[in-house]
Amino acid sequence: METITLELPLIFKITSVKHNNLVLIVLIFFSFALYAQSDEKKKVNHEFELELEAEYRYFFNDAQFPGQETHFPALAIKPEYSIDWNKGKEQINFSGFFRLDRDKERTHWDIRELYYQKAKGSWEINVGLKKVYWGVIESNHLVDIINQTDAVETFDGEEKLGQPMVQFNWITNNIGTFDFFYLPYHRKRTFPGVDGRLRFGSVIDKDDLNYESGAEEWRQDFAVRWKHYFGIFDVALSHFYGNGREPLFLFDNLGNINAFYPTINQTGLEVQVTHDAFLWKLESIYRDAKAQHFLALAAGLEYTFGNIDGNGLDIGVLGEYLYDERDELALSGLQNDVFFGSRIAFNDTQDTSILIGGILDLDASSKIFSLEASRRIGNSWKAEVEARVFSSIDEEELILSNFKEDSFFRLSIAKFF
Amino acid sequence: MKSSIISILVFLVASIAFGQSPEERGLQIAKAAEKADLGFKSSIVELKMTLKNKNGQTSERSLSTRTLELTEDGDKSLIVFNSPKDVKGTSTLTFTHKVGSDDQWLYLPSIKRVKRISSNNKSGPFVGSEFAYEDLSSQEVEKYSYKFLEEKGSILVVEQDPVDPKSGYTRRIVSYNKDKGYRIEKVEFYDRKNALLKTLSYSDYKQYKNKFWRANVFKMVNHQSGKETILNFSDYNFDADLSEDDFSQVALQRAGN
Repeated sequence: METITLELPLIFKITSVKHNNLVLIVLIFFSFALYAQSDEKKKVNHEFELELEAEYRYFFNDAQFPGQETHFPALAIKPEYSIDWNKGKEQINFSGFFRLDRDKERTHWDIRELYYQKAKGSWEINVGLKKVYWGVIESNHLVDIINQTDAVETFDGEEKLGQPMVQFNWITNNIGTFDFFYLPYHRKRTFPGVDGRLRFGSVIDKDDLNYESGAEEWRQDFAVRWKHYFGIFDVALSHFYGNGREPLFLFDNLGNINAFYPTINQTGLEVQVTHDAFLWKLESIYRDAKAQHFLALAAGLEYTFGNIDGNGLDIGVLGEYLYDERDELALSGLQNDVFFGSRIAFNDTQDTSILIGGILDLDASSKIFSLEASRRIGNSWKAEVEARVFSSIDEEELILSNFKEDSFFRLSIAKFF
Repeated sequence: MKSSIISILVFLVASIAFGQSPEERGLQIAKAAEKADLGFKSSIVELKMTLKNKNGQTSERSLSTRTLELTEDGDKSLIVFNSPKDVKGTSTLTFTHKVGSDDQWLYLPSIKRVKRISSNNKSGPFVGSEFAYEDLSSQEVEKYSYKFLEEKGSILVVEQDPVDPKSGYTRRIVSYNKDKGYRIEKVEFYDRKNALLKTLSYSDYKQYKNKFWRANVFKMVNHQSGKETILNFSDYNFDADLSEDDFSQVALQRAGN
């Protein structure tokens, strides 16, 4: 498939249309929220916070594809506002995000969260744009499906786009917590632009990706999750039915790509056993779509040597095995891989911590090494360093081979107001 | 009320009785202290933590703690950080058990993740302070063995030896004030080599509901490193009427938002 290059104004127009949909959803939800709170006259707490971040990413190998840049200075603004009343049982939370980057596609804004929450007794309801995290594994996030990944923001997939939802939680002491989701709108994943690294040879414009469902992004999706714990066991089972968050890429013999968002059923399992300083973890999904059925699994352990020096130094070791039945079509590139890592926490006044790790492909030579370190400076600054190194990437790797020259180093400084 | 009168009577009779071993008397005192604080049901308190290194440089954290009293098993507690701002909203939920390891979950607000964590590392410092996790967890009688040492006026001094081998201490020397509802005035901590490690002094005590003594200031001095940590508590709220619903993983996320 050829890359479709749209002229700039058109791109802006399309993104603004998508955002208008979001704004519409927010308005609908908020008229509901305001109606629901009209008779509350209790003590109200407001909080406003602002984080400003300067970031610099440097890709130290020559670009593999034409147009890709090497240096990426960037800025981010993250405002947060929350208001609660009724002793915190009712809240409205807002969390915004704006990124300015050299890569036009990475320059983006989002409402990460804007929702009304009400808790009463053993239930809680949330209405609006919200983020929800599922899962226990560190090196890959299989089960986590409620929110679309903000794929241009970070490489580890932990940054998410705000998802419109009605979430209803029902908490019981004896049979666990039930979490029901109504998800009325799907958000597409953004891919790096021509300038950007960590992309395929052809630039994917998110608006070129269509849906299997005729209702497209307005397909009404549902999810449910049950979570409970029994002594040292924490268990969760979940099911999602709707537009997949991960696009499905089909490649034909001529090298053409057909990419779209399939309608999927996905069942997820999470287990963690917390025994002494050991955390044993298992996470697995079965995803079923017309074009694809597969199982993926991740299992591992985390062990922490606590307070080694009597001064608070904790050293954790992590090992995880990652399997994906899609084999080379797995977007994460983690089809039969092993992750090793170590988490070092100094527990000092500046909260210094370091996470180092490596993912080794058991079928090929490919390896990805990573380092993430952070430290608070003074009381309201924070510095972060990140490095990802793609090493001996196998040319046969359908996904990862595109990133083989994209090892990078990232430095960021954030100020909190 | 009736049960506390009985318990005081039992204690008085027992302490008068000759032939009571120091171990028995120590345990009696710990139980009397537990009884004296029974019935607070739930509390909410805000606190400021000041960390001071040996050069006198300080850094601060503020947090709020909710506690739910349970009698059959240990208490439940929920701690939320309000500052420094980069960790704002980070919260922990702890279910203390009288016997065995506590259950603990950590909430990370940036990615909205709830993670079950090991409570094994109890001797480690709490957020870089001179307080170890075990110093701040719910003090259940079953977690120590006891030996009465001496009586100085209204002060009863008891040695407490942790039952759990993972504790960072060989013993704690605890001073109870028998005239003030067995509130604790001072704790001395001896490390695994049996050397004096830290002293915790409680001051600015205030009595709530005519019964419950709570210190407004905790001062922990580490004699080996020269560092200290001071906790300044605001007024306790004993009228929040918290229930189990306020100590679920869902409530943990709610508190951290």
